[in-house]
Amino acid sequence: MKFKRLTLMAGHYGSGKTNIAVNLAMMLKKAGEDVVIADLDIVNPYYRTKDSEEELRAAGIPLISSEYANSNVDVPALPQELYSIVDVKSRHAIVDIGGDDRGALALGRYTPFILEENNYDMLLVINKYRPLTPDTASTLEVMREIEAAGGIPFTGIVNNSNLGRETTPGDVIASDAYAKDIAAATGLPIRMTTVKAEIAGAVAEVLPDVVPLHLQDKRLWND
Amino acid sequence: MADKVLMKGNEAIAEAAIMAGCRFYFGYPITPQTEVAAYMAKRMPKIGGTFLQAESEIAAINMCIGVASTGKRVMTSSSSPGISLKEEGISYMAGCDLPALIVNVERGGPGLGGIQPSQSDYFQATRGGGHGDYHLFVVAPASVQEMVSLTAHAFNVAEKYRVPAMLLADGTLGQMMEPVSIEGITVEDHDKSWALTGTDCKRKHNIINSLSLLPEELEQWNLERYKRYEKIEAEEPMWEEYMMDDADVCVVAFGIASRVSRNAIKAARAQGIKVGMIRPITLWPFPKKPLLAAADKVKSFVTVELNMGQMVEDVELATRCKRPILMANRVGGCIPTPEQVLAQIVEANKLGGAQ
Repeated sequence: MKFKRLTLMAGHYGSGKTNIAVNLAMMLKKAGEDVVIADLDIVNPYYRTKDSEEELRAAGIPLISSEYANSNVDVPALPQELYSIVDVKSRHAIVDIGGDDRGALALGRYTPFILEENNYDMLLVINKYRPLTPDTASTLEVMREIEAAGGIPFTGIVNNSNLGRETTPGDVIASDAYAKDIAAATGLPIRMTTVKAEIAGAVAEVLPDVVPLHLQDKRLWND
Repeated sequence: MADKVLMKGNEAIAEAAIMAGCRFYFGYPITPQTEVAAYMAKRMPKIGGTFLQAESEIAAINMCIGVASTGKRVMTSSSSPGISLKEEGISYMAGCDLPALIVNVERGGPGLGGIQPSQSDYFQATRGGGHGDYHLFVVAPASVQEMVSLTAHAFNVAEKYRVPAMLLADGTLGQMMEPVSIEGITVEDHDKSWALTGTDCKRKHNIINSLSLLPEELEQWNLERYKRYEKIEAEEPMWEEYMMDDADVCVVAFGIASRVSRNAIKAARAQGIKVGMIRPITLWPFPKKPLLAAADKVKSFVTVELNMGQMVEDVELATRCKRPILMANRVGGCIPTPEQVLAQIVEANKLGGAQ
């Protein structure tokens, strides 16, 4: 798929933005592009881009993240280096925005620069199996709230509908109607369907633009 | 089977409370339980319920006392330092014989501590926590699905015996996402003739109060309350037994520690060690009976805890120190690894001698 210079990931709380952001950065890097990943999450002190710090470093992808991420300092801080995502125009940036409108508020200070450069994609990550976004109306409500808070209109949809470790190919395929309905209601294209790598092949037999995800999952137990 | 959704533990508690008929939530944000409040803020206005972010934890628990006095289902939630602030109100609630659900998604302590998971409020939850002679009915879920069922169960038990209940989880359970079915929730109908609902001048007014002017009367209130506690201890303990049929070693773990322990037990079984687990689901009443029975069958115990050794005291009491007890623990926001638990199982298997 084609990437604009900036790829902004936003969506409902817990929709899977961080996992996808890390995977897209890896994809771009593998394609030979110069890319950084930026953690703009001021909402959730857990499940941060920083969880993938080692993998990103090994891949040669710079991570711009609050020095307090993954520490006990529970403050919504952003590092000054974040301005480099709009200042340094010679490289790609994948930007992981916090959940809901509360998370998108942090985007506002960069919005004028992003709109001026006008080389971005703002992707709406959706998951039909999250309890507060099970249908088109509720998902559109979240989408409009994010746009109002961040000041940037969405340009595409990422269907990340999943049930965590239990996700079956059927669960993902069944969610396509939901994604298409949102696409029809908004006029936005479904840019990709993201699926955990183990079942991505099975889904790709049925749906187009399937992107396999390698999940950051650091649990100590199996069941 | 009902359709599944992917939920954080904190969200599951909130949705289960709503499904269990709770229409009043008062709270104050604190990591790692803030999603309970955030979810209630989104849902309650849509269903005619009340979400109110109080000015403090102390205010929130006192608002709960007000609603509970009317016989309506009410919930508050917090994490360790916030629960300490609520303890005065919780004691008043116990003294007033009011049912309510208090959720504690624990973080490391003492003091402000950290934001990572912990089980170090075990003593506080099971010994009362505030001042005076009292208990809470305490449930400890080990999965997001169980957060649903135990939230609903805790409301029912609280009303049945007119006691405050606590759901004791940890930051990991609160934050992690698992697929769940919001199903199997029953709202039991218990006597509410004690509630303040307005007399319409047709009956004698009820009084909700924890203050008595006469020591003999206050003594009677305590004695009557402890009769209910006796009944709870007889009828309400819950636990799960895992691979206990032929076990030589018994792991005792609740909540997230039991999830890690399962991995360790499977690894130990692969090495030929006969090990099982008793998982307390209620922490008060503690499941004493199965533990005492196990003490006559196994040669040793291993407790797994995210604290410096709190539940281990209840295991010692329940088993009357008949067998040696080892512990695998981490604190400060760290979780014991399956390897650490396995090492203690291997050690425990060398103890206790012949059966």
